[in-house]
Amino acid sequence: MNARDAILARVREALTVPGPGPHQRAGEMAGHGAAPHSAPLPLGNLPVLALEAARPWLPDGGATPEERLALLADNLGKLKAVFHRVPTIHAAQDLLFSIARERDWKRVAWHAHPLVEPILSGIPCATHRVDGAAAVTADPTTDSSLRKDALEACDAGITGCDALVAQTGSILVSSASCGGRSLSVLPPVHVVVAVPEQIVATLADAFDALRERHGSSFPSMLSFITGPSRTGDIERILVLGAHGPKELFVILVEDL
Amino acid sequence: MPPHPSPTATPRSDHSVDSAGGTEASAHGAKKRFLHDAREYVRDTDHRAFLRRALAGYYTTRDGQKARYRDWEHARDAANLAKWNAVNRLDEMLVLFADRFEAGGGKVHWARDAAEARTIILEIIRAAGAKAIIKSKCMTSEEIHLNAALEAEGYGVVESDLGEFIQQLRGEPPFHFVFPCMHVRRGEISKLFEEHLGSAPTESPEELTMIARRYMRRLYVEADVGITGGNFLVAETGQISITENEGNARLTAALPRVHVALVGIEKCVERLDDLAVLLPMLATAGTGQPLTCYNTLYGGPRAAGECDGPREMHVVLLDNGRAAILADPEQRDSLQCIRCGACLNVCPIFKNVGGFTYGTTYQGPIGSVITPHLRGLGDWNHLSQASSLCGACTDACPVRIDIHHHLLHNRRNAVRAVPNRLERIGHRMFAAVAARPRLFAAGGAIFRRSLWLLKKLRLPLLRDWIASRDLPKAPARSFRDQWRHRAAPAVARGRTDADGRPQ
Repeated sequence: MNARDAILARVREALTVPGPGPHQRAGEMAGHGAAPHSAPLPLGNLPVLALEAARPWLPDGGATPEERLALLADNLGKLKAVFHRVPTIHAAQDLLFSIARERDWKRVAWHAHPLVEPILSGIPCATHRVDGAAAVTADPTTDSSLRKDALEACDAGITGCDALVAQTGSILVSSASCGGRSLSVLPPVHVVVAVPEQIVATLADAFDALRERHGSSFPSMLSFITGPSRTGDIERILVLGAHGPKELFVILVEDL
Repeated sequence: MPPHPSPTATPRSDHSVDSAGGTEASAHGAKKRFLHDAREYVRDTDHRAFLRRALAGYYTTRDGQKARYRDWEHARDAANLAKWNAVNRLDEMLVLFADRFEAGGGKVHWARDAAEARTIILEIIRAAGAKAIIKSKCMTSEEIHLNAALEAEGYGVVESDLGEFIQQLRGEPPFHFVFPCMHVRRGEISKLFEEHLGSAPTESPEELTMIARRYMRRLYVEADVGITGGNFLVAETGQISITENEGNARLTAALPRVHVALVGIEKCVERLDDLAVLLPMLATAGTGQPLTCYNTLYGGPRAAGECDGPREMHVVLLDNGRAAILADPEQRDSLQCIRCGACLNVCPIFKNVGGFTYGTTYQGPIGSVITPHLRGLGDWNHLSQASSLCGACTDACPVRIDIHHHLLHNRRNAVRAVPNRLERIGHRMFAAVAARPRLFAAGGAIFRRSLWLLKKLRLPLLRDWIASRDLPKAPARSFRDQWRHRAAPAVARGRTDADGRPQ
């Protein structure tokens, strides 16, 4: 018997003995002469889905667009991310350029995206596009560390996103729509450009947005980014920028 | 790759190595070491205070975050439901996950035990012609002692999680399965980095973190294989979910050519939507965050049209004793554990004996529940005594595992397996005396007068128990005597207030 069949056989054998139902304590099942749980809930036929049960009890995600925006701004602030609302794409450009000058960026990395491209044009530093035709069709032999090094040497990564989650202050990125896996995590600064329509209330709504956008074939990586990279490993003291970005900017362009 | 400081081969405190890995501590040995290490650690009041200080902030941040839930207790019910559902249909979930993950271009491997998992991973690494390996935090790899196996084959392995990296340099297993180096002071870390990385001494946690960051950057780029764990296996979509704060797991799964994830079979959930409940609760219970910094889902290697990511992705599904827990309906729910570490953070025993004393991969209350199953009840049963049964663990558990009752059950099972004859004789003697009032009174009179002797005599059976406790002063008169001569109660004297209650 191969390992797969052996493990599945063990699991099936184990599950022939009924156990307590959900929310039923094992302590209620055994001891003090109590009979073992007699009628387990019919498996595979749960009366309520976990999410439906939990939805009213989880942290609020806001009922109106205004509430969601306020919640998102508040959460991003608490996470030590920097949140900017700008009226137009030009204002976003000005803002990004001033950040670039202030931090003396030499080179920023970006990917083809309807929001990222216009904002970057004219930026006072070099740019590095991660998803050029060569990169996308690259065969393993040209997929050398040179390209990784080029990205590693950039001062910032500029990306779009799939959704912004008000409930948790998270940014949803994917490998298909945000320039692959490393653009949003390898450079020391991550700048996200988004529009208000991308703000959703909760994580569950973000999953819905994904399904709407990608159908059932999801990109190979989806990531909820909640604040700049952090660690508390040394004496439980918070330090930002452990391995991922030290700084996270979210620029919300209100009117395209 | 720069020469990596090779950590010392034998971890200080993981007493027992699994059967394939070498020395199995005898049953007696594990218990003896527990008692010895606990005694040592308890004496180190400085370090206990340090541990308490490190954990003090946890309560405040967690409770602040819990307050944002509209109802935390009901949310726990829902989280419990999600995991209960998957664990009780585990066979179905695993098949679904494996099929869908493979449809995404990845490969699923099944490992019955630690040795099989090590072999599988070594084969993947060999086939990839890899030299350098980078790892992100992965408790299952601690469980199967993967690093030692890789190093024995001549591969360089670097732990990229800051805490795990520090522990690797120290040659120690994690102290706490979520906060691996919470027991280490910054000065010690500075010295460690000075010695191994040649950095300048510093007392700043920020600078120390940056030293590790700079050191690790090249390693990500140059590693051929990245090894991670996994927090959830989503059956519906065939994705694995990885939760982390530092970004090291994301880099580990982005830059190397090959990504291997070693995940326990119990990590299944049925639906993607279940994560909308479990991810926030994992973060809140574990560290008091709204959501951990990076929650990432991987459905396979780089897909067509994507510009980076590994060419191969492997998921190794590890049983290693988990099916045995599943077979015990009473403790089946302990497989619902999402390894948030909340039960350690609140456990009075953990805070007083420290993580190493357990001598297990998974420390604290949940470790005490599952380790006897993973490694044999006889050997590890003493862990069920390492609890005050206060229930703080059960209270803190976001998926409502009945942890402290399980410890009680393990005690019961152990007594059933190996009855304690002395205890039984003792109980019988007590019953015989208690059933005879005169004998009981006489016995009481003798004990009241000779209680002080107990401490002096150092009777072999009581010595350990009495050594750390102050005996109460014996009262001059027995309870029955006092009762007989008590003042008449108010009711008897017939004084009541207007409502008829005794005054």
